Amino acid sequence: MAETTQHHHRSLRSNIARARGLGSAKEGVQHWWMQRVTAVALIPLGLWLVASLVRLAGADHAAIALWLGAPFNLGALALTVIAAYYHAALGLQMVLEDYVHKKPVKFVLIILIQLGAFALAAAAIVALLYVAFPG
Amino acid sequence: MAGHPRPLSPHLQIYRRQLTSVTSILHRLTGIGLAVGLLYLVCWLVAAASGADAFDRLQGFNGSFIGRLLLFGWSIAFFYHLLNGVRHLAWDAGWGFDLPTTYKTGWAVFIGTAVLTIVAWVIGYYQMGAF
Repeated sequence: MAETTQHHHRSLRSNIARARGLGSAKEGVQHWWMQRVTAVALIPLGLWLVASLVRLAGADHAAIALWLGAPFNLGALALTVIAAYYHAALGLQMVLEDYVHKKPVKFVLIILIQLGAFALAAAAIVALLYVAFPG
Repeated sequence: MAGHPRPLSPHLQIYRRQLTSVTSILHRLTGIGLAVGLLYLVCWLVAAASGADAFDRLQGFNGSFIGRLLLFGWSIAFFYHLLNGVRHLAWDAGWGFDLPTTYKTGWAVFIGTAVLTIVAWVIGYYQMGAF
């Protein structure tokens, strides 16, 4: 039985290797998995951010400085920014992969999206540290 | 095999919209919109970091009609993407992927988005002393 299966597809790869479907790179689900991990993280973080922004509606500079002066808010906002930019970069990459068909354009855009996400996340974290620790 | 004209799916000119395809494309559109919103959040934080003048000017814009319209759009996009994202995570976990359930959860996402957006804005206006 096993032998007929083996001969049937005439492959040097074992059945378990075919079933795993990971190829020689030994991975491939990283993008999919991190999209889910960041999504799960953003359920509480996103709700917290929106609730905070609603509470801060119409706030002046002093109120924002006071809000970001609290260690919990500073830490939670930094985490939210990191998770959100990671999630956005993964999502936009997927959209580009699906809808941009010229390969050079696709790769340049994906690289720009990823570099841009890192740069903006860094800008956001430097900015919120400035607000929390002025001077 | 080579050169065989394979069917295109979906064929956009004869494609009948369904709730399931609408919720799917809206998930992407709101995701793109929220990425732009994230850019705006950085502008807001950088303005706060550059001092009271720059921040108060940006807050002034947020309070304008255009500003409120943008924030309203982003709040709808946020609640939709959040709720439909949970729906996607449930599918990933193997729950609710049969057709009747996808329709039920799809409608629940729309209703939930409307309710959460209204609640957020009522609380926001209440904070600002509107009533």
